This record gives sequence, C-alpha cells and structure tokens, in this order.
Amino acid sequence: MREITYLEAVREAMSQEMRKNDDVFILGEDIGVYGGAFGVTRGMIEEFGPERIRNTPISEAAIAGGAVGAALTGMRPILELQFSDFITIAMDQIVNQAAKLRYMYGGKGSVPMVLRTPAGSGTGAAAQHSQSLEAWVAHIPGLKVVQPSTAYDAKGLLKAAIDDENPVIFYEHKLLYKTKGDVPEEQYSIPIGKADIKREGKDVTVVATSIMVHKALEAAEELEKEGIDVEVIDPRTLVPLDEETIVNSVKKTGRLIVVHEAVKRGGFGGEIASVIAESEAFDYLDSPIKRLGGLPIPIPYNPNLEKAAVPQVPDIIDAVKETVRFK
Amino acid sequence: MNTSIESQFPTYQIIDGEGNMVNDDYKSEITEELARKFYEKMIFARLFDRKGVNLQRQGRIGTYVPFEGQEAAQIGSALALEDGDWMFPTYRDHGATSAFGHSLKNIFLYWRGFIEGCVPPEGKNIFPPAVPIASQILHATGTAWADKKKGNDRVSLVYFGDGATSEGDFHEGLNFASVFNVPAIFFNQNNGFAISLPINKQMKSKTIAQKALAYDIPGVRVDGNDIFAVYFETKKAVDRARNGEGPSLIEALTWRYGAHTTTDDPTKYRDQHESHERREKYDPMTRLEKFMQKQGYWDEEWAEEVQKDASRRLDEAVEEMEKVEKSDEAVMFDYVFGTDVWPVEEQKQAFFADRSER
Repeated sequence: MREITYLEAVREAMSQEMRKNDDVFILGEDIGVYGGAFGVTRGMIEEFGPERIRNTPISEAAIAGGAVGAALTGMRPILELQFSDFITIAMDQIVNQAAKLRYMYGGKGSVPMVLRTPAGSGTGAAAQHSQSLEAWVAHIPGLKVVQPSTAYDAKGLLKAAIDDENPVIFYEHKLLYKTKGDVPEEQYSIPIGKADIKREGKDVTVVATSIMVHKALEAAEELEKEGIDVEVIDPRTLVPLDEETIVNSVKKTGRLIVVHEAVKRGGFGGEIASVIAESEAFDYLDSPIKRLGGLPIPIPYNPNLEKAAVPQVPDIIDAVKETVRFK
Repeated sequence: MNTSIESQFPTYQIIDGEGNMVNDDYKSEITEELARKFYEKMIFARLFDRKGVNLQRQGRIGTYVPFEGQEAAQIGSALALEDGDWMFPTYRDHGATSAFGHSLKNIFLYWRGFIEGCVPPEGKNIFPPAVPIASQILHATGTAWADKKKGNDRVSLVYFGDGATSEGDFHEGLNFASVFNVPAIFFNQNNGFAISLPINKQMKSKTIAQKALAYDIPGVRVDGNDIFAVYFETKKAVDRARNGEGPSLIEALTWRYGAHTTTDDPTKYRDQHESHERREKYDPMTRLEKFMQKQGYWDEEWAEEVQKDASRRLDEAVEEMEKVEKSDEAVMFDYVFGTDVWPVEEQKQAFFADRSER
C-alpha cells in the first residue's frame, strides 16, 4: 500500500470530500496561499479557490461563530485553529454555542462542523503554543473529541468527522504531521468511538493517546526483550469513548497504565481510570492503576526542559515494570 | 461646517413625538394600510409583553424579560424582512419574533422552560433567543456568509443591545462581515442601559452608529420609537444586503420602561422618573396613534376591535401553552447529539433505572 504522511492524510481527507461535496469548505488563518501554519492546506486554494478555502482575519471567535452559523444553514465547515491553544479565544462559541444549539433548538437545528487544530509540545513553541487541552472539550456534552495517532486513522476519522451531524473537535499532533503510514488512496471512514488495539499483549494494558501511542509502542518493544508483553490501546476518540475495548483488555491483563501528554491533573486519564474502577474489570486488577501525564507546569521553551515536562519512553518503561512487579 | 460625530450621525426621524410627519422621504409609501398594520402588530406586542409579566408574577411561567417601550424598534425591523430571511433575537426580542411569525404558544413555552419553545414554525428561520451577550452576531455573519456562497438572496438580521457593542464578538462579527461583504444587518436597540450600566459608562463614543466607520460599512442612527423611521431604514439596509452590497449597522434609540428581567428592580440603578417622562413624551404607541389621528386614519371602534382580537389570540396561546403537560425527562438526553451516541443512551437508561428503584 502507498505510504503518505499524517499531514498529507489530513489534507487528502479534506480534498477528496470537497471534490464530492460542495457544502464542505475550510476557514482559518493563513490557510490560503501560505498553506496553513503547518502546511496542511498547502495547494488547496489553488484547487478549490478562495470561496472554499477561506483565509480569514485573525479572529478565532468569528471563525468559530461564523462556522456555527454556516453549519446551521446546512453547510459543513471545517475550521482550522492555527494552534490548539487558541481554542481559549473561541471557547464561548464552541462550548456555549456549537455544543448547545442542537439541544436548545429542541433537536431542530444541527451544527455539523469540524474544528481541526494542532496540539502538543515538542516543537519549541513554548508555553502558549504547546498545550494539550483536550480534556476541556471532552467535558462538554454535545461535542465529540477525536485524537488520531496515525496517518491511516487521521484520514478515516476526518472523513467520519465531516460526515457527523455534531460538532467534532479534531486534534492533530504537531510532531505526528511528518510521520508516515500506509494509507489507502480511496476514501474510507473509521467510526468515531471505536478504539484500536495497536499492539496485542497479555501482561499489561497501556491506554495511550495521540503521540503517546508511538511512545508506548516503542516502550513495548523494549519491554518485550525483558519478557513483558504489553497491550497498547489507542482510544482514538475520547468522546464517545470505547469503554468496552478498554474494559476487556484490562480483564485480560489485570493491569492498567494510562498515558497522555496533557497535564496529569484533571487530564482525560483520570476519566479512563475511573471507567475501569467503576467497571467489572476492577475485580481483575492485580495492581493499582497508574496514570502518566504532563507535569503541572507551562511547557518550557528550552528543549531539554520541554522534553522533561511530558512523559517519555523511559517513563513508560519504568511505569510498566513497577506495575508488573507489584505484589 | 459642523463635523461633530452627532452631526455625522443624526437621529433619523419620520414622525416626531407629536405625531407630525417631519420629512417627506417616504410620504407616498406611508399609507393608512401600513399605519394600521403597524398599529396591529405593535399593540399586540405590548399586550403580549404585559401578559408575560403577569404570567411570571402569577408563577405560571419562569423569569421573563420585558420589552415594553421597544415595540417600534422590534416590529419596524422585523417587518422589513421577508420569509426565509434569518432572524437572530436576544432574550428581549419576542416582539420581533412574534411579528416575524414565531408561534405564540412556543414563545410562552420557552418562558415556561420548554426546549420546544425554541422551535420556530416550519420555514421560519428564527434562531433561539441568544442569552449570552453578542455571541449571535457571529452566527448571523456565518449564516449570511453561507447564503452568499449558496447564491440565494436571503439576508440575516441580528438584534443586540447597547452593552453588546463592548464585547469582542461585536467587533469580530462586523469586521468579518465587512471583509467578506456578507448580507447581514446588525440591528442595535440602544435602550440606554445594560442591566444597570448606563450608556455613558458603557462607551465613550457618542453614538453606536459611528462604530460602522471603523469597518467602512453604512451606519445609521434612527429614532427607535418611530416605527416608520425604523421600518424604512431597515428596509434600505435589507435591500442593500439582498442586492449584494454588504452589511449595515443600525442604531435604534429606544428605552425599556421596566426592569431588565422580572428578577430585578430598576429603581436600584435608574431614576424611574425618566422612564415615566419618556413614556409621556416619546412612547412609540402614543406617537403612532397621534399620527393616525392627524392623518384621519384613526377609528376608535377599529382600535378596540384590534385590541380585543389581540387579547383573544393571547389568551388562546396561553391556554395552549398551559395544556402542555410537564416536560418529559427523556428530552434531557434526546437532543444532546444528532446521532445515536451510546454513552448518552447508557446515561439515559441508568437515569430511568435509578428512578424506578426509588
């Protein structure tokens, strides 16, 4: 199969849908001839023109609010927030408007929009351009939250997000943009709310999101050399969460570690741990659940410190060993 | 030459407080038929509003937001729209929504706390009332943008108060709308107070209309208690938008006689003497009545009939509203997502299972 990057997969998902469906358009900052801050929309304005690749003023509330209005008329806007940190300035439109309107309209209106945005640290973008704030939106009824970790997942989940009748927050990770993977040329859809077992194992379940999926897989390779068999689960979507796949895995392994880049305190890992604590898998646990997450500090600009602020492969290896050795 | 802001944005008036026509701009279009239509809609709105306050006082609906005094601004602008156009009301604009064809029963249901109250009749593009401030300005920019892209001739009209102009959403909305030249009408009802904050503490600007200058779009100031001025100026802006000439800002000067909502007491922050005086001098109903009398359009029997008819329709709507049984708890879950999302379904089942065990 053909190999393309995560970034190309996102672009291809949009382009293929836009060729078929005239209601789909993109709006955001510098997405025109500049091609977007990370180059995701490069070349698209040449194909689709400025009416469908709408380069906007620096105006996050208007980008989000305008998308809400357009979606209410039956259009399917994809809005790009240049950095996911800027969701702070669009938050009212997302939380108080996009997420609520269907409900407040008595089911009569719907807001089929996708908010795509790059998240995460690792690019030296410092405290205000490196956060992982997905737990904020996962808390809001009415929003779906997607976090693909591979090029294949990105393409299929983005197609599903565009087709969805609800507002979908689609988190891309900056460090994943250049990663490559096998991606079919034709359109396909991955159901929102279906986890993927990225590696089967029997000793311990590691639930990892976004870039941490890759770090968990790397850790699993290392651990295999020591005879520890790690199962890596990528939920792919936080809302709705595929609880069943995680519960079944923990019943099998009896051990759970949750890893995400977002700050551990109040992070989505707490939700996953709680799901297990409330489920039938609780009885199967042979050791306490462990959560790995970012330190409760702003992401540093300094490269060494930046790395130290979020979980790395050795942290996962240590956590797995501790969990497996627990008596 | 006088270059003050107030002289650049004079308050446009067609009928003065005494009911005299002060200019002939629309003389040929101001007919007995039009005056009667305005009167019917305005008296209905006023009785509607009083009914709303009474129902709240009697505990038959929840908190209510009165608009008495703002009827001309609301009805004049609403009637300038066509079917299919988008209307974005605030919580104070049910005078406008009812004039534009919203269901009376549903408007009352809304104030009784029913989600169904937000649903407009089929074919009426009326947004649920915006309760946060200024957020709806961006939605109107978005619908106008979409309609322009689709190539239809719909326009989007959005209501907001004087306080909303301090929000970022107002400025982002106007900037977006002007950059993309979308068919939107930004209709401001300047009633002088944002809950307790008077306009001179809200902004240093002398007018709201002048804010249009910053976005290079037309900005006009109208006497919001003169329904003819409101109607014709709004129509002008609607026609411009429909013809692809872009957005406009309208500032309608008006006044709410009563409280911000039924939960507050305006005497705490406002000299109510001013409200009484404004009612005496500038009331939109009295002004229209005087005008009709001077033109020979007035007929006491007709007016009584109109009022009786309005009261009858209101009583019927209230009766229908009260026939609705208490809300089904299932609706709490049903409208959260547009497609089946199993966590919601599970929560719903768990909720009802818990109830049945009690």
